[in-house]
Amino acid sequence: MAELTYREAVARGIAQEMRRDPRLVMLGEDIAGAGGVFKTDAGLLEEFGPSRVRDTPISEQAILGAAMGAAMTGIPVIAEIMFSDFLAVCFDIVANQIAKTRYMTDGQVSLPLVIQTLNGAGVRFGAQHSQSVENWIMMIPGLKVVAPSTPADIVGLMAAAVRDPDPVVFFEHKALLATKGEVPDGELVDELGTAHIRREGSDITIVALAAMVPKAVEAAVQLASEGISAEVIDLRSLVPLDTQTLLDSVAKTGRLVTVEENPRLCGWGAEISSLVAEEGYWSLEGPIVRVTTPHIPVPSAANLEDLALPSAGRVVEAVRRAMD
Amino acid sequence: MSTEPIEDKVLYDYSSRPARLPQPVDAATDKAEIDLDVRIDLYRTQQKLRQFEKRASDLFLQNLVKGTSHLSLGMEAVAAGFGAAMRPDDYTFASYRGHAHTLVRGAPMREMMAELLGRGTGLLGGKGGSMHLTSVEHGAMGSYAIIGAHLCVANGAAWSAQLRGTDQVVVCYFGDGATNIGAFHEALNLASVWKLPIVFVCENNLYMEYTPIDLVTAVSHPAADRAGSYGLESIIVDGNDADAVYLVARDAIAKARRGDGPSLVEATTYRSGGHSRADPAMYRPADEAKAWMERDPIPMYHQRLLRLGVSEASLSGIQQEVAAAVDAATEFAKASLPPGGDVLLTEVWADGGSSWRN
Repeated sequence: MAELTYREAVARGIAQEMRRDPRLVMLGEDIAGAGGVFKTDAGLLEEFGPSRVRDTPISEQAILGAAMGAAMTGIPVIAEIMFSDFLAVCFDIVANQIAKTRYMTDGQVSLPLVIQTLNGAGVRFGAQHSQSVENWIMMIPGLKVVAPSTPADIVGLMAAAVRDPDPVVFFEHKALLATKGEVPDGELVDELGTAHIRREGSDITIVALAAMVPKAVEAAVQLASEGISAEVIDLRSLVPLDTQTLLDSVAKTGRLVTVEENPRLCGWGAEISSLVAEEGYWSLEGPIVRVTTPHIPVPSAANLEDLALPSAGRVVEAVRRAMD
Repeated sequence: MSTEPIEDKVLYDYSSRPARLPQPVDAATDKAEIDLDVRIDLYRTQQKLRQFEKRASDLFLQNLVKGTSHLSLGMEAVAAGFGAAMRPDDYTFASYRGHAHTLVRGAPMREMMAELLGRGTGLLGGKGGSMHLTSVEHGAMGSYAIIGAHLCVANGAAWSAQLRGTDQVVVCYFGDGATNIGAFHEALNLASVWKLPIVFVCENNLYMEYTPIDLVTAVSHPAADRAGSYGLESIIVDGNDADAVYLVARDAIAKARRGDGPSLVEATTYRSGGHSRADPAMYRPADEAKAWMERDPIPMYHQRLLRLGVSEASLSGIQQEVAAAVDAATEFAKASLPPGGDVLLTEVWADGGSSWRN
């Protein structure tokens, strides 16, 4: 067992898979020589060499196109898009090409590839480098969506994503890079589509993802001192979605709060709310409450960004509303 | 009296612009060193593409093919010439105008026709249609309907060949319109920097959809004039002469196979018809269309083979063989049933299903 930062866990997870599968390659902007602009790829060039870890021009369509073409001809790939906001630049390749080609060709083409990207706010980068865009990907049939919250999950879910025969968009959260956690020694392989209960509780279910998970846990701790027992579920992946853990928890608690970093409209919390309203309705003892970023671009000034993002305080307040 | 400025009327009435006429056929091509067997195959392939596309067009008019379609009538020599220069394990990537490029790799005509008709026996089980024809087992890695995207994807297959240490080559076809989209430039740059084994083939048919390409492009040769920006040679070939195309294709493919990197070839050609099913192509000057029809690649090639001593009887034999195959494909497609509803939710994921939850 070693304590790793979330940042170090990214490189460890990739290295584990590159050692296992000599075909696996990686490409992206500044990933080789610089080790990633966030140092999430540090040491990979040194260990695996420039033919397997490739720097690219600033050409996001060329990056993801190359990943797709390689994957469809037998080379598994991890492609890095530096900031998830830049997915908008190459969204054609993501949404029209990678997501649809297996279906359109009736299964002739397999795309074992991972798009790894830095997501989320909290580092004062402003509206074009701070978005949480996991909901953009979740809405497209044919793409899997993973967003880990801990270093151990980064390693294990990266392995699961790389070994998955389908395209996976793997969101790492910028605000979590410096956080630390215990990571077991040896090979770690996790499973997509499995939510984890981070804290057990009986009065209310709080569902969160990525950087919202520690905030939800912080809120649960605070609520415990008020005598409210909150269960915190870390979804870990949106597609596939572990609806069983979610519905079982709501059946137990009868109440639900979702905590997402997406702007309000069509954030993933809306999908979770609709699912629970439809399939867990008779368990509900109160309204489902969503905590989101307001429907605004992310501002850059520290105090404004903090106001925009869901906080433990806002989660506590939402729980009180749901318990009324 | 119209208040519209006269210049604007002239500008947008493309049919009154001066015709852009084809170059005269290069008489020397008759003497090019190409085996007669290869030439007879080129003839057969062009016949196959022509007759398949004509049948596809007839079936659209009979409303047996729904949606849209983009035919390569008049442009057969490009796909035929490149197809003849490729090895079976090479890859091709095509645009939505991809029937010809898929056929030349040996994809089965019956299943292709069935796909156009939306039948369960179709090449893609009825899920892809005219714009997405793919036959991975023949190296036809897909037809892509968002302009330019597949140039980037084709690079990936070339990168894969490089990584796997095979000497496979990728041929990627696209239209003149694709040269003005960002993906074209991203793909050319990366292919050149990584020295990928790929040949980019621009089929310049002078019109991007309904608009003359020269009116919306900063250079007169939309692909060839950009080659220098990516450290590549400017290559223009008569895209209506299968022999000329074959010779250029052979060189470019050999270069890629040797590990000497990509090429960009601009093949000048002309659509016999409109951009798609919905387009009667009235924006083209009448004398221009007439001049290009006189340069139709197939009668021209027919005459060449006669000059080279091939008998009329053997050429008409080939025509009849192809016609019989097209008839059989049509009958197969018509006799096939539409896909069953049970396939609607299959093949989103590699496990064969479409489930997003447990």
